[in-house]
Amino acid sequence: MAETVRVIGDTLPGADFNSPLLEVDGLHVEFRVRGERIPAVRGASFTLEQGRTLAVVGESGSGKSVTSQAIMGILDTPPAKITGGAVRLHGVDLLEQNEETRRAVRGNHIAIVFQDALSALNPLWSVGFQIGELFRVHRGTSRKEARLKAIELLDQVGIPDAKNRVGHYPHQFSGGMRQRVMIAMALALDPEVLIADEPTTALDVTVQAQIMRLLKRIQTERRMGLILITHDLGVVADVADEVAVMYAGEVVERAGIRDVFKRPAHPYTKALLRAIPRVDTVGQELEVIGGLPPNPARLPGGCPFHPRCFAAEDKCKTEVPPWAEPAEFHGSRCHFAEEVYADER
Amino acid sequence: MNAELGQADRGVDPVLEAKDLVKHFPIQRGVVVKRTVGHVQAVDGVDLKLYPGKTLGVVGESGCGKSTLAKLLVGLESPTSGSIKLQGKEIGNLSNRRMRPFRRDIQLVFQDPYTSLNPRLTVGDIVGEPFEIHPEVVPRAKRAGEVKELLDMVGLSPDHVNRYPHQFSGGQRQRIGIARALALRPQVLVCDEPVSALDVSIQGQVINLLERLQNELGLAYVFIAHDLSVVRHIADEVAVMYLGKVVEQGTGPEIYDHPRHPYTQALLSAVPVPDPDLRGQRDEIVLQGDVPSPIDPPSGCRFRTRCWKATDHCAEEVPSLDVGDNGTHPTACFYAEERDVTHAVK
Repeated sequence: MAETVRVIGDTLPGADFNSPLLEVDGLHVEFRVRGERIPAVRGASFTLEQGRTLAVVGESGSGKSVTSQAIMGILDTPPAKITGGAVRLHGVDLLEQNEETRRAVRGNHIAIVFQDALSALNPLWSVGFQIGELFRVHRGTSRKEARLKAIELLDQVGIPDAKNRVGHYPHQFSGGMRQRVMIAMALALDPEVLIADEPTTALDVTVQAQIMRLLKRIQTERRMGLILITHDLGVVADVADEVAVMYAGEVVERAGIRDVFKRPAHPYTKALLRAIPRVDTVGQELEVIGGLPPNPARLPGGCPFHPRCFAAEDKCKTEVPPWAEPAEFHGSRCHFAEEVYADER
Repeated sequence: MNAELGQADRGVDPVLEAKDLVKHFPIQRGVVVKRTVGHVQAVDGVDLKLYPGKTLGVVGESGCGKSTLAKLLVGLESPTSGSIKLQGKEIGNLSNRRMRPFRRDIQLVFQDPYTSLNPRLTVGDIVGEPFEIHPEVVPRAKRAGEVKELLDMVGLSPDHVNRYPHQFSGGQRQRIGIARALALRPQVLVCDEPVSALDVSIQGQVINLLERLQNELGLAYVFIAHDLSVVRHIADEVAVMYLGKVVEQGTGPEIYDHPRHPYTQALLSAVPVPDPDLRGQRDEIVLQGDVPSPIDPPSGCRFRTRCWKATDHCAEEVPSLDVGDNGTHPTACFYAEERDVTHAVK
């Protein structure tokens, strides 16, 4: 791989390398629909260091995809509006930058792989052209050279016969191969942060294993920070270093991978882990989380999880739980975090 | 092929039986004069037996023919050849009109609860619609009450009969689909990926509901899914499909703890396990490439192009789904050998 030396300060003025790679701090996003303000993200915070993998876990509607779009700066505004918080890359708050800087950051510093590669790729252009576009737009590379770079990238992500495949169109690729093309595009400008938003949800298990292995290999080679957004706790257990669990637009638990799985400190995480069918549940009723995820337009008062929570008491209905840290680097937004962590609840 | 007989009570006849079931879809070219240029071999010689009150799980990746199999079983597609028997009566090649009385006994639950419910009908109309087609099941005067009872049975409030599908969440819609399938009091439910569109916390609710209904009503299920852990949880017997053929069939423990076909082993090893301590400890088999096209499947064993055990023999002869030497469960592989790929998971 031809290593290009790049000065990060060129595209990100004011970058401070003593700060964390990416820091999301109290992010608030709301959608304005028919005069109503619907909160989608309500104070999400997490940190990503170089070479680490952070898994953001949550069910549909928990705000995980909106958070990733806010980091990338690709939210549709309106109807969405970022109403508070910061997204700091090397200490620089991206939310305060002008569109020109944000454009430079996208692709160069932060790139994203979407879930549905078929609708994320343009059906009218060959994949080689679409990958090459990044080099032409961001680096002013000639068409011919951009094509060569595209071949190199396709080869790196494991597409056989890249030389011929570069001229093919998205529909000519299988689901797994299209996801590889997406990854090639995301890697083109050698970003420091890669956001993978449900990258394998639409794929079969054997193909999922190939794609996750590829992502992991590339991340290690390039020392990238990886944000993996998923609902599949199996995938999380396989690749993540840290986990942020989201519910109703909030990060409700944040900890190292082992702590989350072995000693969860939030009832939601605990219930989620119990709800997975396992060998020892065969022939038994599954433990489930009763009820439905809340409607973000009408969140319950107090802790938003209380109507579905096995540990809820009266104060959960009225008081918003504070962020508690039952152990070092292990936080939970629950009144009874200590007790849940100690497995007393 | 008597292995699965041993699993069920002897003397009980299967409620649903398929023999050498084949479905080939012709590929046609030309606008005025159509000519057939090939066939998509979606299902190619599948045998299965389903016993009353039992669940047969069918697993496989996209394109393996599991959804076509579901459509064949409920009579939404007619087979190219082979037979389907429902309670001993052949239904595979009946005309639509003669098929109608049998449809009562075998119903389908669809994957996508968003597109399988008519948005213009109320829930009461959706669940009660089967009675319009089969008026003999419930007298007209009692239908409204029956619909409410069905809603109650699947855990929805009977007061919601006048609501529309968009007023329900995904899990609730799947319950409506199940209530509709139960309306005619069928013997068999064919569930085509019934929980794959749902969130984890909701998945469990629907699985529990299906299990409860099976116990209460003595239903038999064909449960089609790509999620191996869900199938393990619910199925008594599992059939693994690859490119239109069943490659291995056995009880849950036989398939999951003692898999013998290389494809089953690869499939099981690819499922990520929700336990970070097992990272890097599993026996990982990563298959190369994608599933070949069912239009022109490989000769001999269809899995041979991705198989690490393949020899010339595999290209020449089609392995049949045979019981192993020591009476082990049926596996369609010349080199079938047990490999415990999930041992670390237990």
